Amino acid sequence: MTVARLNLILVMIALACALSAVSANHRARKLYTELEAVQKRMRDLEVEWGQLQLEQSTLAAHVRVEKAAREKLGMKPPAPGRIISVDPVPGN
Amino acid sequence: MAQKSIKFSRSPLLSERLPPWRQRLVLVVLLSAFVTLIARSLYLQGFNNEFLGDKGRARFERVLDISATRGRITDRHGDVLAVSTPVRSIWAIPEDAQLAPAQARSLAALLDMDVREINRKLASEREFVYVKRQLPPELADRVTALQLPGIHQKNEYRRYYPAGEVMAHMLGFTGVEDAGQEGIELTFNEQLSGKAGSRRVIKDRRGNVVEDVESIHPPLEGKDIVLAMDSKVQYLAYSHLKHALEEHRAKAGGVVVLDARSGEILALANLPTYNPNNRVKLIGAQLRNRALTDTFEPGSTLKPFTVALALEKGKVRFNTPIQTAPGRMTIGTATISDAHMHGVLTVAQVIQKSSNIGAAKIALSMTPDEMWTMFDGMGFGAPLKLGFPGEVGGRLRPAKSWRPIEQATMAYGHGISVTLIQLARAYQAFARDGDLVPISLARLDAPPANGKQVFSAQTAQEVRAMLEMAVLPGGTAPKAQIAGYRVAGKTGTAHKLEGGAYANKYVAAFVGFAPASEPRLIVAVMIDEPSNGKYYGGDVAAPVFAQVMAGSLRTLGVAPDAPLKPLVMTSVEPVREEM
Repeated sequence: MTVARLNLILVMIALACALSAVSANHRARKLYTELEAVQKRMRDLEVEWGQLQLEQSTLAAHVRVEKAAREKLGMKPPAPGRIISVDPVPGN
Repeated sequence: MAQKSIKFSRSPLLSERLPPWRQRLVLVVLLSAFVTLIARSLYLQGFNNEFLGDKGRARFERVLDISATRGRITDRHGDVLAVSTPVRSIWAIPEDAQLAPAQARSLAALLDMDVREINRKLASEREFVYVKRQLPPELADRVTALQLPGIHQKNEYRRYYPAGEVMAHMLGFTGVEDAGQEGIELTFNEQLSGKAGSRRVIKDRRGNVVEDVESIHPPLEGKDIVLAMDSKVQYLAYSHLKHALEEHRAKAGGVVVLDARSGEILALANLPTYNPNNRVKLIGAQLRNRALTDTFEPGSTLKPFTVALALEKGKVRFNTPIQTAPGRMTIGTATISDAHMHGVLTVAQVIQKSSNIGAAKIALSMTPDEMWTMFDGMGFGAPLKLGFPGEVGGRLRPAKSWRPIEQATMAYGHGISVTLIQLARAYQAFARDGDLVPISLARLDAPPANGKQVFSAQTAQEVRAMLEMAVLPGGTAPKAQIAGYRVAGKTGTAHKLEGGAYANKYVAAFVGFAPASEPRLIVAVMIDEPSNGKYYGGDVAAPVFAQVMAGSLRTLGVAPDAPLKPLVMTSVEPVREEM
């Protein structure tokens, strides 16, 4: 009688362990898929960052800036007589 | 029908004697069945385990390649000069790619190609053809969406150079396999290129990665390289050189800007150049990084070294008078001359007016050995070992083979050849207090300690004063002056050697530094074959120097050391240097 009962309990415990192992594994895989997705996003963002840097460099190219300054904005270097040199304040 | 029941234990069958062989037969059959099972399981679990395990793993495990990106190249302020971005190439197995006319048309429209060209490629006998290489990923995704048979894609990287031709020679470029082929890309290829890694994963039925089993090789990302170069200074050097080449209809030219304090290369521009982003129809002349790979006779830009050595050896002093009349001098069978007679000049005036006779007389007061040792100490005749492809050392013959006439001409830069970068580097000795520090392509975090002392500090200061006189009215290069800064420098104009004889073609050069009170930058300019009438270093190279120097000093925020007032360019022509 008591032996049969003990057996039943042990079977139940074994079953519970097995099921929890299965669910843990499943959860691990799900989390891993998530990690994978996030890592892919990271790589994509890195690529995008590189492309944006490239775009920035292209837009800020000195050739382009000089052209815009001279032609669009009508800027020119000041004549030497119109430059005032400011000495740095001592202590700064 | 009534039957008399009997108990099993009393069954008469039990008392029947069976023949003993039946019992043994059953035993043997059962035992042999067990032995077979055990043997089979031993075979599967023991001997054949590895094979079966591999088969099993092959059904759910995959090895994925992890590609590594090539590092970026940035200038000293972090502006990107070269970056790799992923692109995709469309390729096809012609045998499998049987496209319906409508499919071929939609593919052609997406790829911006002619349908006939696509059909021609797909009709190829080969097993592998590229349809179009290096497409942006978004476009490639739309090609995937067409789901065409036999059309595949491959991930690749493409390198972009946003500054284009402005920095082409410095940066170089990479080849198809994303490996450096020229310039910095080649010099620093090892650091820049990463190492692709791989890992083993478990994939589910739908191809999703569900578990990471192990990483076989972790990928090694390429390192970013931070150059010493300042992209603003580089742009100034490039654009002013370009204008000068157009104005003087010159064949080629180069500008080098060095930081006098640290030895870093802030700019290095060469013309003609090319666009590294589009390298079809390239010719060798465009590719040459002249400042490092081409040598020229430096002409009078070498006179300050002769004078510095004489000062160092105590042969002359700043104001020692030297008779240069009558402007001709015969050594052995050869005669050297000054085009203008100057009469008695001080040593400082020999530099200021660039007198050949004066420099030759000073040189002949020393031994060839002394001069050779000095030139060698300045780094002439041997490559600087920057690691740049194709770098050369120029020509400096051993002192034993010098005849007196050669010693005399070498004093003013003939019979010796140097690269522009060597010349710029040697002027460090005057811009600094007589020492030379190694020059650097990469940005340095701390300025180098004192370098190799080649002249005493006093000699360097005296030569600096002479070089300052050369750009003032009365010198050979008043056009090298800059508003707000004191400048020092030396012109050089040399006939070009062609087939062993001096031709009527010239190389105009100017090397100088500023601010003269505390030199910060060294700029060297070389213009090859100016052919629009003017060819003197003071007319052709000095204005480029002034523009590059003025712009760079302003960009770097160097405090002026002279009053800011409009420059007085004397209306009289500058003193003509001798060739």
